[in-house]
Amino acid sequence: MISSDSEDELYTERTALMSANASAMPSYQDKDGAPGSANIQANRRRSAANQPTNPVEGSSSTEGGPTSRDAVGEAEEEEEEELILKYGAKHVIMLFVPVTLCMAVVVVTIKSVSFYTEKDGQLIYTPFTEDTDSVGQRILNSILNTLIMISVIVVMTIILVLLYKYRCYKFIHGWLILSSLLLLFLFTYIYLGEVFKTYNVAMDYPTLILIIWNFGAVGMVCIHWKGPLQLQQAYLIMISALMALVFIKYLPEWSAWVILGAISVYDLIAVLCPKGPLRMLVETAQERNEPIFPALIYSSTMVWLVTMAKRDVGTEEPLNNTCNAANYPDVEIETNHYAAQGSDDVSDMPQTQIQGVRHSAAVGEELEEEKGVKLGLGDFIFYSVLVGKAAAGASGDWNTTLACFIAILIGLCLTLLLLAVFKKALPALPISITFGLVFYFSTDNLVRPFMDTLAFHQFYI
Amino acid sequence: MPGAVFFGCTFIAFGPALSLFLFTIAREPLRVILLIGGAFFWLVSLLLSSVVWVVAVQLSDKNNAIMQKGLLIFGVIFSVLLQELIRFGYYKLLKKANEGLLAITREEIMPISVQQLAYVSGLGFGIMSGAFSVVNILADSLGPGTVGIHGDSSHYFLLSAFMTLAIILLHVFWGIVSFDACEKSKWWALAAVVLSHLVVSSVTFVNPQYEGSLIPVYIITLTMGIWAFFTAGGSVRNLKLCVTCRDKDFLLANQRPR
Repeated sequence: MISSDSEDELYTERTALMSANASAMPSYQDKDGAPGSANIQANRRRSAANQPTNPVEGSSSTEGGPTSRDAVGEAEEEEEEELILKYGAKHVIMLFVPVTLCMAVVVVTIKSVSFYTEKDGQLIYTPFTEDTDSVGQRILNSILNTLIMISVIVVMTIILVLLYKYRCYKFIHGWLILSSLLLLFLFTYIYLGEVFKTYNVAMDYPTLILIIWNFGAVGMVCIHWKGPLQLQQAYLIMISALMALVFIKYLPEWSAWVILGAISVYDLIAVLCPKGPLRMLVETAQERNEPIFPALIYSSTMVWLVTMAKRDVGTEEPLNNTCNAANYPDVEIETNHYAAQGSDDVSDMPQTQIQGVRHSAAVGEELEEEKGVKLGLGDFIFYSVLVGKAAAGASGDWNTTLACFIAILIGLCLTLLLLAVFKKALPALPISITFGLVFYFSTDNLVRPFMDTLAFHQFYI
Repeated sequence: MPGAVFFGCTFIAFGPALSLFLFTIAREPLRVILLIGGAFFWLVSLLLSSVVWVVAVQLSDKNNAIMQKGLLIFGVIFSVLLQELIRFGYYKLLKKANEGLLAITREEIMPISVQQLAYVSGLGFGIMSGAFSVVNILADSLGPGTVGIHGDSSHYFLLSAFMTLAIILLHVFWGIVSFDACEKSKWWALAAVVLSHLVVSSVTFVNPQYEGSLIPVYIITLTMGIWAFFTAGGSVRNLKLCVTCRDKDFLLANQRPR
């Protein structure tokens, strides 16, 4: 039904890109390669201009790393490994909270606003109807729908990667801005309209325009430019929830489940295979020491590190320039030493800025070296789609919703554990979605009759 | 007020669990993760026992009401045993993980003690168990309806909430006692936990004669609570110190000047 081009690009690039970028965590990657960061610092001292640090170099420097760290090496390694653990648990919670919030918003909306569970047609990407006579035909249609959807996503991702590779930044930014505009204004307007209808709230257009204008404008500023971190996180959660609601409404029943399964497989392939589009995107971004577009990734922390004494800190460079994704290693504990030492012989150290620098910090000091985790917005969207579908499902059973919720959280936990072990960008969808699907179908079909019978007799287990 | 029953029953059932969570678990990321892990494992045990029950029901004669009830009772007992087995399994897993962690970090102290593990996992089991028992009932209580219109008890919601509260607390106590029993190889204590779980579940077979079920359950809850208190290292002296705010360790930990 709704089939504007921008919406097409909107969700495809979000899901395609972000779901794979799930736990792109350069800081973990170079982590106990704080030698990696040492290397970067050394590079910078040598020449401000060229920053090779491509992945291959990075890893080789990692191997040569421990030797170059002599004195501080041993103790730091231990400290850093213990810190991996401590930071690991904290990072998991830093992702649990937004994922839970997003899912909660979606579930509450689904349960209260009936608009999102009404069947009002389908998107053009899922052209085959599910109102068929036989089960076999329905399955076939679902599979065809899935194939079409996945191929659209693959094509969009490849286009995005090509655009990025050939440095068509303006085009990409225009695309992203258009899609955020759509989400922040149009979808919010529809959402508010439906909520008001559900609760029978009288609302006039001037007030509505004021509300939506403020909401949307602040959202655009926060997401694409600068804003308080928590506000940005809140907006990202809200647009993920809105997108998930759109999916829940317009994807037909069985197609949605098959699509969820297929996109987890795609995510796995795209992020882990050497020629996978998302892996290429991440690697290109790292090669160029650029952050991946802020509008597509949820970042749990803002990282600032200023290690300069002589440059004027007041001149902040725009977000899409020298921002150094590989700077994230800089915020490990070890880099305190390096930065401290470095700020002594400061002469030619270029200004280092991290994506999302919001304030100009005091000159010559280091500030917060909080580490963070990043999760792609597509992951938020698909987790919420799964839980929302469980809540909207035929039985409307809360047990199923709870089970899927716990399954997804555990999957995320395991993914982050793997991240801590493997230290490179990992797909966040497969494990969680697999658990979620398994628990959805088993809870809906096996646990529900059992619990219903128990509740009927008031037996407790 | 619409939803008075809903809010009342929700807070009866989940109030203590929520406050336990907020005051002792919410600030520690590791404990939150272990809590959710505990919930997950309880879910797994429920899943497995449901599979067994559904298979048994499919294979049996659906019209025979007595057989269905018998199968249900069998399902309950099997589920209880499986839950305790999974609790033991979770204990083993946590011990192994803890050892692994110690090996990696080369630290002397574990980031979390066994008693804390026991408490957190018990709470996880309890919250999930309580949620699965009562959430659908609570959701129904929001909608229009008359309770017990066909002559059943009109206190259905309230008593379900109380039962859920008991179950949540019981899981916490069972967790503490059983982990301690596993640590010190006190197999009789472990057997006692399993037995008390069986008794609690079996006692609910007499519902809706609530006097017959709720009172024994609460007596068992109290007993297990006292047992868990002493297992976790509490004593009458500790209690007195704590209540009169003279417990120096606790105060130091919370940095309250005294």
